[in-house]
Amino acid sequence: MTHQREAVTDGEKPDAGPDSGVVQVPLSGSGKARTGAAGFLLGSSVGRNLGLVVALFVLCLVGVATAGQQFASVDNGLTILRLASVIGVVSVGMTFVITGGGIDLSVGAIVALASVWSTTLATQSLARGNHWTLIILVALIVGMGCGLVNGLLIAYGRVVPFIATLAMLAAARGLAEIIAQRRTQIVSVPGFTDFFRHDVLGIPLLVIIFAVVAAIGWLVLNRTTFGRRTFAVGGNPEAARLAGINVQRHTVALYVIVGLCCGIAAVMIVARTTTGSSTHGTLYELDAIAAVVIGGTLLSGGRGTIVGTVLGVLIFTTLSNVFTQNNLSSSAQSVAKGLIIVVAVLLQQRLAARSNNGST
Amino acid sequence: MSRTTPRRRLALATGTALAGLLVVSACSTSTNDTASGSSNSSDSARATSKNDDPGKKVVIGFSGPAADHGWLAAINSSALAEAKKYSDVELKSAEGTNDANQQISQVETFINDKVDAIVLLPTDGAALTDVATKAMQAGIPVINVDREFSTPFAARTTILGDNYGMGVSAGTYACKVIKDKKIKDAVVAEIAGIDALPLTQDRSKGFKDALADCGEKVDNRVAAEFTVESGEKVASNLLQAAPKIDIIWNHDDDQGVGVKAAFDNAGRKEFTFIGGAGSANAMRWIKSGEMAATVIYPPTQAADGIRLARLIAQGKGLSDLVQLEVPKRIVLNAPVVTKDNVDQYMALGFES
Repeated sequence: MTHQREAVTDGEKPDAGPDSGVVQVPLSGSGKARTGAAGFLLGSSVGRNLGLVVALFVLCLVGVATAGQQFASVDNGLTILRLASVIGVVSVGMTFVITGGGIDLSVGAIVALASVWSTTLATQSLARGNHWTLIILVALIVGMGCGLVNGLLIAYGRVVPFIATLAMLAAARGLAEIIAQRRTQIVSVPGFTDFFRHDVLGIPLLVIIFAVVAAIGWLVLNRTTFGRRTFAVGGNPEAARLAGINVQRHTVALYVIVGLCCGIAAVMIVARTTTGSSTHGTLYELDAIAAVVIGGTLLSGGRGTIVGTVLGVLIFTTLSNVFTQNNLSSSAQSVAKGLIIVVAVLLQQRLAARSNNGST
Repeated sequence: MSRTTPRRRLALATGTALAGLLVVSACSTSTNDTASGSSNSSDSARATSKNDDPGKKVVIGFSGPAADHGWLAAINSSALAEAKKYSDVELKSAEGTNDANQQISQVETFINDKVDAIVLLPTDGAALTDVATKAMQAGIPVINVDREFSTPFAARTTILGDNYGMGVSAGTYACKVIKDKKIKDAVVAEIAGIDALPLTQDRSKGFKDALADCGEKVDNRVAAEFTVESGEKVASNLLQAAPKIDIIWNHDDDQGVGVKAAFDNAGRKEFTFIGGAGSANAMRWIKSGEMAATVIYPPTQAADGIRLARLIAQGKGLSDLVQLEVPKRIVLNAPVVTKDNVDQYMALGFES
């Protein structure tokens, strides 16, 4: 714990300028968050996301230039959004944990476990007998349960988040393999699959779920006490404790939130592929962390942005779409992904620094 | 194979395919017998020799990769089931692993135990070559299954599925469909497995070569990761990239569940959908008309390996061949399963 705290304080230093306006908000009483800085705050957060918007825009330009109508069609736009939605929901949860000074390496494994558990023969026959929403309920409970275990281990067991969730990564995926016996479980509950085929005003349900999760995430992180406490705990847990925040309980809550997001993602993936499998969610932890970090959330905690995360997810999804449109290999895609991570982060730092200089 | 000319390659492929067909047909008839529950030796459909009669008791060591995939699970279970059919076979089965190091020690244990034969499906052919050579030097015949060792001295017999042939079969079938339906400027799409694996490259090469034979080419190609989720993802993107497709070949029926989900979600079915590997799901789709065909990559290779190991350890040969000994190298055929012959192959389909 102490080690982690040091790391957090180190990470905070370069950020202690006016740019970190978000961080100053919480510590009850101490920070009325400089009312004059409100306009600046807006400017800097746009500045922080500007790099991403530019990157996304450039990607879309490349897409239009190389694939034309096929890329610019409504259908393709919806496909990109739908492909982004599962990993997007996980990344929103990941944003909370990372902002709170932690990390969760077990998200992919939890998605796998929740997808498998909610599609076993037993669950399915129970769902057929009662109501199809039971599948959703099971997935959410499994996700939150795993998150709770992670949270308790980290907050009260004082296990470093990296290790605790690494253990969960191994254990949850192993358990998923045992339950599924490494088979692909096909969902045959009529109500469930039918429901997720629906779209609202032409927008697929999965995309709407993603939008709702992201919107709720943004509200909670930026407009509630819980959100302000998250920044405080991630920025400096000791100060947060002194300010009267129950850091341990808050940490548990953060991991339960990411677990819940994994449960939602599991439901989405089951609906999408009509299967539960222990291979679902492979490497989600890396995709989610990459999206969160290029989004501008500080890996050491204390600063986080849902908008940035959503943009980050969209960039990666659009990238693979553009590559497929142009019939390019998946290896080239990986190279481009690596480049984008570096360029986006560099661009962000430049823009953030410039907007700082401009206003001071 | 890469050094031969296309024409010679074709001849070679046909040759091995024919040889493979022989073995497969010999095996599949007797598999059907035993599957139907009778293990008595007076069955008339069996090869004319007394090969199946109980002989000298032999101990066979079997080691394969972890069954993290429907096809590999079928490899393991069919090998175990095959060994159970013979009263004179005692099978020592090591736990499946993806760690070459652990598999090497499993083989070393077999050598120390002085088993009569070893059936080995290596996690990585090159990594296991050394220890297999050691076993051969210790006088234990090694039957190499599916992933080849880097020297011929490491195995008494090698039995392989034909990845290149799979691509050829799929491509030839695609050509036939294009010709039968008189499709002009056909759009051919390919959904490969993990691109870094040599087996994927072989399959793609076979597909490309066979298509070239009828003047076609792959217009859109994407690669998934043998998982349902990745199949769904790349197929969704592929459908967007190609508004109209005539032929789709998907390398792997395990990822095919996701590929098919993407087709269903997008409501696209204008194309001829060809699968690969031959899962039970795929066969059911073929029966119900949701899929045109699948190309078999036999999940019974290790079971064949067990049979060959028993014959070699007992000093017997393959009864359908004139030669007295078990062949040095067997490449299994990659037949195309369509609605016409799906019932015949249903029993070989594995649950993914």
